[in-house]
Amino acid sequence: MTKTLWKGNEALAEAALRAGAEAYFGYPITPQTELLEYMARRMPELGLAFLQAESEVGAINMVYGAACAGVRAMTSSSSPGVSLMQEGLSYIAGSEVPAVIVDIMRGGPGLGNIQPSQGDYFQMVKSAGHGDFHAIVLAPATIQEGVDLMYESFELAFRYRTLVTLLADGSLGQMMEPVEMPPFKSWPAQRPSWALTGAKDRDPRIISSLHLGAEHLEALNLHLQEKLGGIARQETRYETLYAEDADYLLVAFGTVGRIGRSVVRQARAAGLKAGLFRPISLWPFPEAALDALADQVKGVLVVEMNAGQMLEDVQRIVRNRVPVQFYGRMGGSIPLPDEILPALQGLQPTPRQQNGRRPRQVPA
Amino acid sequence: MEQSIIFSGFGGQGALFAGQLLTYAAVDAGMHVTWIPSYGPEMRGGTAHCTVVIGDEPIGSPLVRNPDMAVAMNLPSTDKYEPLVRPGGLLVVNASLVQRPPAREDIETIAPPANAMAVAQGQVRLANVVLLGALLAARELMPLAVVERALAAHLPERHQHLLAANIAALHAGARFVRAQVQAAR
Repeated sequence: MTKTLWKGNEALAEAALRAGAEAYFGYPITPQTELLEYMARRMPELGLAFLQAESEVGAINMVYGAACAGVRAMTSSSSPGVSLMQEGLSYIAGSEVPAVIVDIMRGGPGLGNIQPSQGDYFQMVKSAGHGDFHAIVLAPATIQEGVDLMYESFELAFRYRTLVTLLADGSLGQMMEPVEMPPFKSWPAQRPSWALTGAKDRDPRIISSLHLGAEHLEALNLHLQEKLGGIARQETRYETLYAEDADYLLVAFGTVGRIGRSVVRQARAAGLKAGLFRPISLWPFPEAALDALADQVKGVLVVEMNAGQMLEDVQRIVRNRVPVQFYGRMGGSIPLPDEILPALQGLQPTPRQQNGRRPRQVPA
Repeated sequence: MEQSIIFSGFGGQGALFAGQLLTYAAVDAGMHVTWIPSYGPEMRGGTAHCTVVIGDEPIGSPLVRNPDMAVAMNLPSTDKYEPLVRPGGLLVVNASLVQRPPAREDIETIAPPANAMAVAQGQVRLANVVLLGALLAARELMPLAVVERALAAHLPERHQHLLAANIAALHAGARFVRAQVQAAR
């Protein structure tokens, strides 16, 4: 199949439709608005439901309602909009209905700016809402990867009756790359056995996240934890480059992960045995693979467009076996290879520093 | 092997479209390519720029600090990107709007009077395509014919009546550079 040039936001929208999305509810916010605009054009053509809600709070609760009916529903937003959606995300998790969310992150905190950022790792990976749950969080580094992950998102969401989040930064939404679009997926006409489809000739079904009895709610939580444990065992994804024999490991996700490819190539050309570890699933985090690499390498550099959020997961997994350094940019700045390479080369011990940890890198 | 090009100009001069055109052509030529715009407030009146990276393997960083080539459509863009082009690289300057001489001797600078040349093809708005033609004549990224096909396929519907003028502008830019090369011999 031939490749065509797509803008990131529009490619994600088309991929969601080919994956089987039936309903989209959203509210515009830069830098993801093109996704909503594309859906507004394309979904009526396909006879599907597009609705611009009155706010992000309205949008996520419309997704919740459609999901309860067993409909493949989704929304998209950017950081401040996702903050508004968090109550609904928690209700969706507590009700165990499937839904797909796209978060094209921008600079924060607050209204911040519209430039690219990875400042919402904590928000999406650790705490997408109140209570004990995790969404599956997938972080594409290229538009093609975003399309491929989006293509699987509804299957994952329905297989586990869970939230699936695509987490990318504004630059991926705005850039253009060649993409091979997959064909339209076919889905059975039958709704799932739990879906609210009208109780004619059968007993009513109830979907709710309200469980007033402590025993009942604890049992639900134990069930959720068991389900999440299964997802954690089955659904980790990552990519490595030159990691097999690496002495020094660069760990980065999303846009910084792809920039890491350039850095590691340059480091190898300069004689440093560097490798790249790029988590694709941020939850579940690919722990076992990083754990194994931590036994092999002499140092790890984490690079993010934030103050060090994934860093905490990497430190937890590396467990002080080797030094873990950090380099980050914030506020909409993207770290470029000529900033990252010196930080990576700085992992090599100098004679004076053989016995001590080097200080944390401070961004330029 | 990756080649990076920054296109920069006033909003409305078509710097972003010139970059997109090269990107479409690179896709058609089977190359790996990324196009990334500035999408901040500068889209509303100030300077707008985009970065194109073309390569023979998947592109790592879609952004560069020191591009191999820069196309500067106005003076602010020239002042910004002339110091950033990597040594040995190429700067294409719109001489219609930038009268000052080049500040660097370690890069190649070509300066077609793109606005005047575009007017000669019927539209000042063709200056972006004139400069792209000059770029492609100075650095053989791909044959002009590939860009002609990209123009035919991706010029917005409302501008399709300008297709022939666009192709003429592309060749005018290329001829300007070839004439300079001839003269230098």
